[in-house]
Amino acid sequence: MLKTHDFRLPSLSLRFIPVWQRNFLVWRKLAIPALLGNLADPAFYMLGLGYGLGGLLPEVHGMSYIAFLASGTLCYSTMNSASFEALYSGFSRMHVQKTWDAILNTPLTLDDVLLGELIWITSKSLLSGLAILAIIWAMGLHASFAMSLWAIPLIILMGFCFTGMALVINAISPSYDFFMYYFTLAITPMVLLGGVFYPVDQLPALLQQVSAALPLSHAIELARPLMLGRAPSGIAVHVGVLLAYGSLGYYLALALTRRRLLK
Amino acid sequence: MPLLSAQGLRKRYGDAEVVAGIDLAIEAGECFGLLGPNGAGKTTTLRLLLGLTEPDGGSMAMLGLPVPQQAREARMKVGIVPQMDNLDPDFSVYENLLVYGRYFGHPDAEIKARIPALLEFANLTHRADAKIQALSGGMQRRLTLARALINDPDLLFLDEPTTGLDPQARHMMWQGLRRLLGQGKTIVITTHFMEEAERLCDRLAIMDQGKIIATGTPRALIELHIEPQVVEVFGEGVEEWAAAYGRTLCERFERAGETLFCYTRDHDALLRQLSCQCALRYLSRPANLEDVFLKLTGRDLRD
Repeated sequence: MLKTHDFRLPSLSLRFIPVWQRNFLVWRKLAIPALLGNLADPAFYMLGLGYGLGGLLPEVHGMSYIAFLASGTLCYSTMNSASFEALYSGFSRMHVQKTWDAILNTPLTLDDVLLGELIWITSKSLLSGLAILAIIWAMGLHASFAMSLWAIPLIILMGFCFTGMALVINAISPSYDFFMYYFTLAITPMVLLGGVFYPVDQLPALLQQVSAALPLSHAIELARPLMLGRAPSGIAVHVGVLLAYGSLGYYLALALTRRRLLK
Repeated sequence: MPLLSAQGLRKRYGDAEVVAGIDLAIEAGECFGLLGPNGAGKTTTLRLLLGLTEPDGGSMAMLGLPVPQQAREARMKVGIVPQMDNLDPDFSVYENLLVYGRYFGHPDAEIKARIPALLEFANLTHRADAKIQALSGGMQRRLTLARALINDPDLLFLDEPTTGLDPQARHMMWQGLRRLLGQGKTIVITTHFMEEAERLCDRLAIMDQGKIIATGTPRALIELHIEPQVVEVFGEGVEEWAAAYGRTLCERFERAGETLFCYTRDHDALLRQLSCQCALRYLSRPANLEDVFLKLTGRDLRD
């Protein structure tokens, strides 16, 4: 049972820094395989599907298929990075290694720990997004460099959004197996209905409506025009949806984690 | 003013009142033991005192600050050794201390200056670069204690610090804790090793079912609750023997499993009688804290 006390507003403080620093120090020890994972896996998907499938397709929405896929991969890879870090790594720290419990014995609070995690996971997914952006730049899949720089704040916003959502699942998971619900019922539909591999308007009306409710679709609606060198339309709605998923997710995750660890 | 205090402390989970009205006052420089069977509410009491969970009733203060309102600030000068080791498996011994020190907001230079003395204290100087997985249970426990000292705390909480340790490691832990008491630190310890409580603690509280049922120095508790001599009798025919002599030769006796515990002020007649009983074996010893504990909390298993 959640109590009203669990729903007090998050306290934001710079005390989150040593939590971020701790995760960074662990990451640094395994930086090379981590960077390889950020870069190689999505790059092979993008290149393989982009050329393999792209050769069979005419232009998609006024661009080559590989360019179309690149902006989808940028969003998809950022989402995956945030989700995996918040779930598998975050759950290890919270539940398996009891790292959060150890930190709570110091003058830090759970709010500090969760803020540290939110910013760390967002930072890590920023790195994943930047890796794809670097491939886009290297392959010249962008129309205007200046416009493509707007992808950076978009990546950060996506990192925030998908971290907030995944932390809710983290807070209620009894074990790693539970994540399968989230990946099957949230991540997979977003990847397949959000417009990563094909335009959403190819889908039947009902699926288009589902797609419109998913945050990844809104991220892609922003990313694709930016790569074409155009200002996206409906910016406020797309940004609003991503902010809403992220902040409601984070707030709920905080309340649920308070109930879990401070009971 | 006590360094740590609680009045009327209560905490309930569902229908169970896990902490049911506790009063405590722990003075600076003392070693205070919280004893009780599993599920007596010891760990919950510690979590309440540290401000890690909200009480349902009562008031608390730690190092002059109200808890839970200013528990975070009070924890600046508190060290904690939890029941389960939660060292960071991704880091070496040295990094564990450094990273933990940062949580207190201390600058790296200051933490690094403190680490050699802590490694020395924990007898881990030669293992500074070792991974946590490579340490024995005793070493991990000592590192957890060293980590709890990274902020030079005035008050230390230890939740069952020697559970699962071998006798050598346990003695080493006790030696370390006595050194800390010698430096004037205040220690609150939970344990169910009576020997540990008797050796280390100036004062004890025995908890059962969320309440403190006795409190005092180890010696006073023994004197108050138990006759000075205890003779444990066991072997074939102990029941018949108890029926024949139990009531006349000792003030009080109790059965626990196959052993008869005879409590008496004068054991001479009892031992003379037992020396004629070849089938029975016996052990005569002074009363100890375990006798008090079992008398007050009962001999039933607590699972």
